[in-house]
Amino acid sequence: MSLFEHSLKELQEKLNNKEISVTQLVEESFNRIKEVDGEVQAFLTLNEEAARAQAVELDEQRGNDDAKLFGLPIGVKDNIVTKGLRTTAGSQFLSNFHDPLYDATVVNKLNDAKSVIIGKLNMDEFAMGSSNENSSYASARNPWNTDYVPGGSSGGSAAAVAAGEVPYSLGSDTGGSIRQPAAYCGVVGLKPTYGRVSRFGLIAFASSLDQIGPITRSVEDNAFLLETIAGHDDMDSTSANVDVPKYTEALTGDVKGLKIAVPKEYLGEGVDPEVKEAVQRALKQYEELGATWDEVSLPHSKYALSTYYLLSSSEASANLARFDGVRYGKRAEDVENMLEMFKRSRAEGFGDEVKRRIMLGTFALSSGYYDAYYKKAQQVRTLIKNDFEKVFEEYDVIVGPTTPTPAFKVGQNIEDPMTMYANDILTIPVNLAGVPGISVPCGFSEKGLPIGLQIIGKHFDESTVYRAAHAFEQATDFHKQRPSLGGANA
Amino acid sequence: MSRISKDEVKHVANLARLAITEEEADTFTKQLDDIITYAEQLNELDTEGVEPTTHVLDLKNVLRKDEPKKWIEQEEALKNAPEHQDGQFKVPSVLE
Repeated sequence: MSLFEHSLKELQEKLNNKEISVTQLVEESFNRIKEVDGEVQAFLTLNEEAARAQAVELDEQRGNDDAKLFGLPIGVKDNIVTKGLRTTAGSQFLSNFHDPLYDATVVNKLNDAKSVIIGKLNMDEFAMGSSNENSSYASARNPWNTDYVPGGSSGGSAAAVAAGEVPYSLGSDTGGSIRQPAAYCGVVGLKPTYGRVSRFGLIAFASSLDQIGPITRSVEDNAFLLETIAGHDDMDSTSANVDVPKYTEALTGDVKGLKIAVPKEYLGEGVDPEVKEAVQRALKQYEELGATWDEVSLPHSKYALSTYYLLSSSEASANLARFDGVRYGKRAEDVENMLEMFKRSRAEGFGDEVKRRIMLGTFALSSGYYDAYYKKAQQVRTLIKNDFEKVFEEYDVIVGPTTPTPAFKVGQNIEDPMTMYANDILTIPVNLAGVPGISVPCGFSEKGLPIGLQIIGKHFDESTVYRAAHAFEQATDFHKQRPSLGGANA
Repeated sequence: MSRISKDEVKHVANLARLAITEEEADTFTKQLDDIITYAEQLNELDTEGVEPTTHVLDLKNVLRKDEPKKWIEQEEALKNAPEHQDGQFKVPSVLE
């Protein structure tokens, strides 16, 4: 059995009792990567030398150090900057960015908590994509069936955890990029409330939507990790100055009297019957646990996709202006002047999807179109946010599927941007409203692919989201199943 | 009627500082037109008087003390640069 079958807390106990060493944990990770990453392709860069040296150092302190993540190996999505460790955001533009100058705040927190960074995880280029096929490197695959996508954009982060390469990882979520791959890979992924976790050092995609969050095998591990990375940061003025509760203390298993809202729009047209059934079974489970549920309406849901693509692309067109070929990253060769340097460096460094979104965003913000597209989308965003606030006046959580279907085949949707975008219709509204949402495993399709249950909470109420997710998880055994990758069970 | 012409696509590409080929201009014209046409469903909604949301948190003018502190050294700042000279980033000529 893999050591990573144990929870983070159990691993820590074993380290404290000197039953296992940090070196053993780190080697477990690298061995599993050697065994399966040729197929899964979850990692873009490995931190082998530094991780091994750190393990030796930490083993000397073993038993005498109560740092929160002491000795626990983690994978980090490649849009989170790591000092001295290559950070590419899945883009060729940054393929030579070997020596970032500082650590993201979340990385500082991981380092302070003495976790060991194993490597950087594959993703759709600049987090734009739902399948990992927009990674400009070999795209990550779904560990349950490598003919299928792991989801995106944090596909590497979810696949690495599902494949047992690392026990936990960090992803980022702008329109579903943590929850959708977590659902496709059968793991637990949380997008925290907007402002809960510092984004300093996260390579920005859409600043009014981006959040960093944990991907884990269990709800408990997820809560444990969020406790470490959440909180206000002077370096990110959009991080909220709100106290961070002990999320693990919310995991009581008790959901008696919990009031669940089920939006009819989330089980409507386009949602696969297998997914609907899995969600309906989950609602039955909640009834048995003493919770109640009612059907509600989030009437503006169908406008979320348009709103999201206009706003996120507009913000991306501004954020990605920093990739100019002057200070770091790609610079085109044999250019005659500076303008040509900008244009060709960007043309050569960016992939098609990134170009398409920069184009859409630049158009939506351009003179004469701003009011019709950008401002209109911001107004509709208000209506979507109001829908959520109204439901939360009466209910504790909103429950529905994470995605309309289980994972799709590699190559199936890549030629058609609109079909690809539709994968995110159930996760996008959560980012627009800025509320927290989690995906937990709630079943498998006939083809053996995981299905995710999405639980959405009020602003800064991750505790209730975790409590609801944990109670369901403990009453079921979907989270205990593993893909049969690499011959042996992970 | 198409929402965006090929000439507009070329104009937008120039604003976005992206070199594009004729072929890419054709593809983007079609794809952006599809996306914009879809996005125009927002016009079904009356948003007269609706306050735009730029940001979901009620944060305004977050300020900190303007105090100098040690951060990145000049030498470090240059180490990822494609080209530098005399402690500065080097770029091709700006003016013809």
